[in-house]
Amino acid sequence: MLKAFYHLLIRDLRLALRNRHELANPLIFFILVVTLFPLAVMPTPEALQTMAPGVIWVSALLAVLLSLDRIFKQDYEDGSLDQLMLSPNPLVILVLAKVLAHWLLTGLPLVIIAPLLGLFMSLSAEAVEVLVYSLLLGTPVLSLVGAIGVSLTVSVNHGGVLLSLIILPLYIPILIFGANAVDVASSGLPVTGQLLFLSAVLALALSLAPLASSVALRITASR
Amino acid sequence: MWNWIQRFSSPKHFYSMSVPLIKWFAIAALVIGLYGLYLGLFVAPTDYKQGDSYRIIFIHVPAAWLAMFIYMVMAVSAGIGIIWRIRLADMVAAASAPIGASFTFLALVTGSLWGKPMWGTYWIWDARLTSMLILLFLYLGYMALQSAIDDQRSADKASGLLAIVGAVNIPIIHYSVEWWNTLHQGASVAKFDAPSIHIDMLIPLLLMAVAFKLFYATMVLVRTRNESLYRDRNRRWVREIVEKL
Repeated sequence: MLKAFYHLLIRDLRLALRNRHELANPLIFFILVVTLFPLAVMPTPEALQTMAPGVIWVSALLAVLLSLDRIFKQDYEDGSLDQLMLSPNPLVILVLAKVLAHWLLTGLPLVIIAPLLGLFMSLSAEAVEVLVYSLLLGTPVLSLVGAIGVSLTVSVNHGGVLLSLIILPLYIPILIFGANAVDVASSGLPVTGQLLFLSAVLALALSLAPLASSVALRITASR
Repeated sequence: MWNWIQRFSSPKHFYSMSVPLIKWFAIAALVIGLYGLYLGLFVAPTDYKQGDSYRIIFIHVPAAWLAMFIYMVMAVSAGIGIIWRIRLADMVAAASAPIGASFTFLALVTGSLWGKPMWGTYWIWDARLTSMLILLFLYLGYMALQSAIDDQRSADKASGLLAIVGAVNIPIIHYSVEWWNTLHQGASVAKFDAPSIHIDMLIPLLLMAVAFKLFYATMVLVRTRNESLYRDRNRRWVREIVEKL
């Protein structure tokens, strides 16, 4: 079981690394969207500072959303998803491996590049630190919950807009607490509560989302 | 027991059984609703601070309660449909979604009409307003997924799963939004000690809530009947009904 998990994870990572330009796209998108905001409003440090948590978090959310297809789409199209479902290993474990691969390829790069964007938006050092922590706890949840949406819509033609329609409302708690943590940190207040909430949601998503996602895949496969 | 449930929940049986139910639910909704409106609009005392404009709560609050209630009905019946493969439950879930979305919309509109004279603005990013708006999006997402998948059974299962995921999320969304920002007055009725609302206002409010629920029961039965006719349009029992017309 662990072996299957490991092999699937390695396979997904290897497939993605052979297609490097596609790998960088969500990251570039993230940086680009954040860059748009100072251009659209007056780029005074004070204004940027108040906007920064929201702007960075919303952009991260959209970057993850646009890359969600990657989890199952290709495997669905070439039939390897059916093979995964036929394998004797529990589908939940395999889904978890695919989600982890997705997070390592999109979520983690966003976390790593975030301090640079914090710098762009003139965030204080403490706020940047909290930004990294909040993204580190929040982006896995985005991948986990997003996997449910992709499993439901992977067989639908032009499912992109549909996917955002059904997934974005579910992302709202993460957005609220992630952005709020950074906001509070930039005023120099303690953020333990927000980070603990994000961790709790992560634990919940980690235990329930792969289950829902594998049920959804079985529904998709049965049509 | 199982056979009984199976037979009872067959669309054909439901179709003939629901006729008297619809009639009585509709009559009860009308009578209780009219009486509740009369008490609310003419008998209930004027609020000392808000004047007469508070009377919109007799529509607003029941609509908001019903909107949340319908989502729960939808998620539960979708769960029954997925677990026990009862087609009627899937139909109830599918029939409930547009009604729920309408009541969510009604709650938002009446709330914002009330908000203008009271808070001085039609819209404010307050916790409960935002939760209701998100609830509307959840309904719309459910309906979008339902209509995007051609095969009826997998459309039911997929959107049903989404409804259940949404139901797990609703408390999380509710409390995170609550924590985030609050301007809306706290709950006045659902408190464990004495409700902080005058009894002459409470009675019409509860009557209206009951009337709204009965109206929903009527509507969901009518819509489920239509849904079962449409889905079984190639089956014999529907043909027999059509031929009798």
